[in-house]
Amino acid sequence: MKAEIQKIVDEIHTECGEEPIRLMEVCGTHTMAIHRYGLRSMLPSNLQLVSGPGCPVCVTPIHFIDAVLQLATRDDTVICTFGDLIRVPGSSASLESEKMNGHQVRVVYSPVDALRMAIRDKHLHYIFIGVGFETTAPAVAAVIEMARENKVTNFSVACAHKTMPEALKRLAADRQIQIQGLICPGHVSAIIGIQAYEWLAKHHNIACVVSGFDPGDILVSVLMLCRQIKRNECVAGIQYDRVVKAIGNTKALALMHRVFEPCDSEWRGLGMIPASGLAIKSGFRRFDALYRFPVKVKKSPTPSGCICGDILKGIKTPLQCGLFAKECRPDSPIGACMVSSEGTCAAFFKYQVVKSCA
Amino acid sequence: MKIISIDGDEAVAQVEGVKRTVQLNLIDNIGVGDYVLVHAGFAIEKMDATAAQESIKLRKDYGISTL
Repeated sequence: MKAEIQKIVDEIHTECGEEPIRLMEVCGTHTMAIHRYGLRSMLPSNLQLVSGPGCPVCVTPIHFIDAVLQLATRDDTVICTFGDLIRVPGSSASLESEKMNGHQVRVVYSPVDALRMAIRDKHLHYIFIGVGFETTAPAVAAVIEMARENKVTNFSVACAHKTMPEALKRLAADRQIQIQGLICPGHVSAIIGIQAYEWLAKHHNIACVVSGFDPGDILVSVLMLCRQIKRNECVAGIQYDRVVKAIGNTKALALMHRVFEPCDSEWRGLGMIPASGLAIKSGFRRFDALYRFPVKVKKSPTPSGCICGDILKGIKTPLQCGLFAKECRPDSPIGACMVSSEGTCAAFFKYQVVKSCA
Repeated sequence: MKIISIDGDEAVAQVEGVKRTVQLNLIDNIGVGDYVLVHAGFAIEKMDATAAQESIKLRKDYGISTL
């Protein structure tokens, strides 16, 4: 295996030339893998890997967290969430702190678990927090359909799902970012296919390769990107072809579009992006938690000194943040990129700060 | 994960000796013995069996859980 990896690394060194190349990964799992396997240290010095907005928790705006926190303080609700959201700070609290205050917050593995709890316990209303990209949204759509088929009245979803293509278009058009290639998300692409990347390659001359998550996968993807850039022939390639089809998962997409419709959505760091979010369609409105239990939240300012916005755009690294590894640490996070286990700051902290102290 | 039994839209899948209930609502034509990519309790795509086994082994070599 080591010899195979070395061969790929040698080929990257041959193919990438001497001009600066910036590649962006837009998947939190890729960010973690690049750090875990020390892939940056194997690459030529003119080839830079930067992290983009690939962690769904990180791009969720604070005002949505504040809305969820208000739902959590109701006596008649139980909040069900994936584990990575529970410690995300809102303006003045987190789901974890509300749980410690006696409110009902449960970590679930799947949205199905939340629906099952609601079916078992009809006295309380169970709210699943729908945060995630196209990998997660079809599963949540399926659960909303199951709830309707089973006539469940005490289950709903607080929906903040986001979709990748419009955000990538925004990034591609941003002159500050200047990337030549995208390491495209493997699991999102299993659902959406490569159509969006074909558009980026054609209209923005950005090389695109859908990558798997093993070290060899990522290095081969980098090599494929370098070859595209060298030849100035940008296309949408698939390295992760053991899972991803060019057309995506049409069944999952159809289900997602039956339940959700596109909406304008605010991304932390990127701002409001038209048609980049998913809203629950009116026909399923009784399963929309924020329709059933309206809340009022103020728009919250970014915590003072936090540069998560620039980190999510790949303009700065955590090492350029005055709070990083000082006030902002995994055990006391200030910015969202430190909270999520797949956030760029958490990855830098785990694999650079902790490692250098070991 | 490897599918070890199927009951309607639900299956039991296994990896590293751990069994989990997996929903099959998002994919078609899945049978016992197939490998699937699982996210949030749902199988989101079928995987090539040989490639899946290699990936699981590689992750094990690196000490990384596939769960």
